Amino acid sequence: MESRVTTGAEKLIQCLEREGVEYIFGYSGGAAMPIFDALVDSDIELILVRHEQGAAHMADGYARATGKPGVVLVTSGPGATNTVTGLLTSDMDSVPVIVLTGQTITSMLGKDGFQEADVTGITYAVVKHSYLLKDASEIPRATREAFHIATTGRPGPVLIDLPKDVTQGPCDAPFVEEVDLPGYSVPTHGDPESIRQAAELLMAARRPVLYIGHGAVISNAGKAVIRLAEKLRAPIVNTLLGKGAADETHPLHLGMLGMHGTAYANKAVDACDCIMAIGARWDDRVTGKLDEFCLGATKIHVDIDPSEFGKMVTPDVAIAGDARLVLEELIPQISAADTDEWLTQCESWKKRYPLKYAKQGGLRAQHVLDRLHEISEGNAIITTDVGQHQMWAAQFCLSKTNRHWISSGGAGTMGFGFPAAIGAQLGCPDSKVWAVVGDGGFQMTQMELATAAIHKLPVKCLIVNNNFLGMVRQWQELFFENRLSGVDLVGNPDFVKLAQAYGIKALRIRRPSDVDRILREAHAYDEGPCIVVAEVVKEDNVFPMIPAGAPLSGMIVEKPKEQMAKPTGST
Amino acid sequence: MNKLATIDPGTPRTAANLKEKRDLHTISLLVRDAPGVLVRVAMVFSRRGYNIESLVVSPGARAGFSRMTVTCSGDPSILEQMIKQLAKLIDVVHAIDHTTSDRYETEIALIKVLCEGDFRREALEIAEHFNAKVVDYAAQSVILRVYGDSDKLDAMIALFPEQNIVELVRSGKIVMTRALEMT
Repeated sequence: MESRVTTGAEKLIQCLEREGVEYIFGYSGGAAMPIFDALVDSDIELILVRHEQGAAHMADGYARATGKPGVVLVTSGPGATNTVTGLLTSDMDSVPVIVLTGQTITSMLGKDGFQEADVTGITYAVVKHSYLLKDASEIPRATREAFHIATTGRPGPVLIDLPKDVTQGPCDAPFVEEVDLPGYSVPTHGDPESIRQAAELLMAARRPVLYIGHGAVISNAGKAVIRLAEKLRAPIVNTLLGKGAADETHPLHLGMLGMHGTAYANKAVDACDCIMAIGARWDDRVTGKLDEFCLGATKIHVDIDPSEFGKMVTPDVAIAGDARLVLEELIPQISAADTDEWLTQCESWKKRYPLKYAKQGGLRAQHVLDRLHEISEGNAIITTDVGQHQMWAAQFCLSKTNRHWISSGGAGTMGFGFPAAIGAQLGCPDSKVWAVVGDGGFQMTQMELATAAIHKLPVKCLIVNNNFLGMVRQWQELFFENRLSGVDLVGNPDFVKLAQAYGIKALRIRRPSDVDRILREAHAYDEGPCIVVAEVVKEDNVFPMIPAGAPLSGMIVEKPKEQMAKPTGST
Repeated sequence: MNKLATIDPGTPRTAANLKEKRDLHTISLLVRDAPGVLVRVAMVFSRRGYNIESLVVSPGARAGFSRMTVTCSGDPSILEQMIKQLAKLIDVVHAIDHTTSDRYETEIALIKVLCEGDFRREALEIAEHFNAKVVDYAAQSVILRVYGDSDKLDAMIALFPEQNIVELVRSGKIVMTRALEMT
């Protein structure tokens, strides 16, 4: 009997197995057929999605929940281009995802063959790195490099474009252990002198604030953040993506800052005399009008990506390194600063400006989310879509565990929440996973109901249904004289019936008195997916709010009596 | 074959507009010879509104690496950010701004000059003054080859009446830092 030659596709799958891949989120097609064929004999489980964008978001959700890279496999042309939104989402939020795309045979490249697209060309701007493999012998090296690049330093998506003749043909190249990337180095421990300077600035401050971002989540720096805050006696604020790194219920934590952050977080940042960014990038949603941000405050910036230094804000001290390692070196140099007055001030802001919502006048999304947080005891992994529900979830579902808050921040991708929850549930089978989505975003990827149903995933999805694109409607109300345009989602399906059509359990909340009972029932249900549709009031607004382009001091905590000027900020 | 009817279009290079272009930065990159590296580098410039004035790509001292020398103009306040973004590219080993470093730089130009009648002697005098060599001597034109730093090339080009320069090809600037400093 003749011994079979290993194909490029088989080699690729073996490489993925060696990287510890458990799941591939994919959708088949002509140019990817050799790879799907090789998957038949592999222990890696294929999660067949219903749209490639869903695969990209699932891999992203899996990666954010587990810290391990998520893997996507799609075919060429439209299969590949459907992952572009997912790539942008992962790139903006520094998530390790590997996207494998089929491609037409090498001799046909550039000849407009069937389902050919210049996928590396299309995706240059949304990947950390990418490969177009022209020879099967490159597969082991490219795969090892891709995983190394995706998961180290500031993580990000890496794409490998695989022509069909490359995967179908023989490959006898050996596996690769070590990568040789002379242009790629990752800072780990920060510069000791800079760390010493940071300690000096922090201890000299009377009103210090620790500002925590996604980098703290990625480097698992939460415990170190709390230790630093307690030792220095400084309050903590976090970004939307920094939620969960350090327990938001800690007495020194002021919650989320920024456009829809808590009033007390924003007041503290506006009044501080020293701000230390830990794995955060001074995003426009955080700083508001940059010229008036933290005037007079000293600024310390810890980031693993040195290109973030000076991009938005010029720091007094910049420390390139892993957030956790830098903090661990910093903490022994810290002793308590004189912050009694400051902490008292922050505490009084906390009491004076609590998050609140109307208890009367119909079902409110805030009420549902407040109760969800309570009923899940703050232990669920929560994924969100983008819009009002996302901001309310961020405000009311305080995170206390790292990687338990998953949301599309930088890209603001609608349609992210539900597939991300599927990925998170696969990665964390023992956790309760709730997707919190709006009626708009859910419909962008609702076909993944089938994916959740087939795998009987106990993922729960709360659809906050106001039959509006609520966030845009809010802006039109506040800044555009309530001239509503393109926000009325008339024609929404009955989401309960829609879920039932997939054989999925579905519950509806109509009245405030239904909330607890139905959320408890859904939370306890573990035999498969469960959809909860909350039919909330049509018109409600997220407050506090800092209009785009306004300084933090321009924050409003309720709807002003007069029409507001159109915001000047980016969006 | 296209004859001289097709003169380089656009605004002629006068001494004045050459002068404006002196606010140029020279960035040297050592890159891996990998497919797409040029596109990735060019995208960093274009996304940040930088205009590439010249770009020279050539083999590096070691196999598998190339050298890129880029002269560019744009908002000086984001130059540092842009260089960091270049250095961040996986295939870029390093990116260094050489605008103020102690360096040797040179460029080569080929100038096709229309020179009939009396103007021919004047053209050759200019060429001689700038150490340019006549590399093509035709009935109505000459091609001059000149090298030196870019200012010198600009100065020489500016001496010719604009209607006499029918074609101009410049190599783009190349630089190397002096002594054992890394370029």
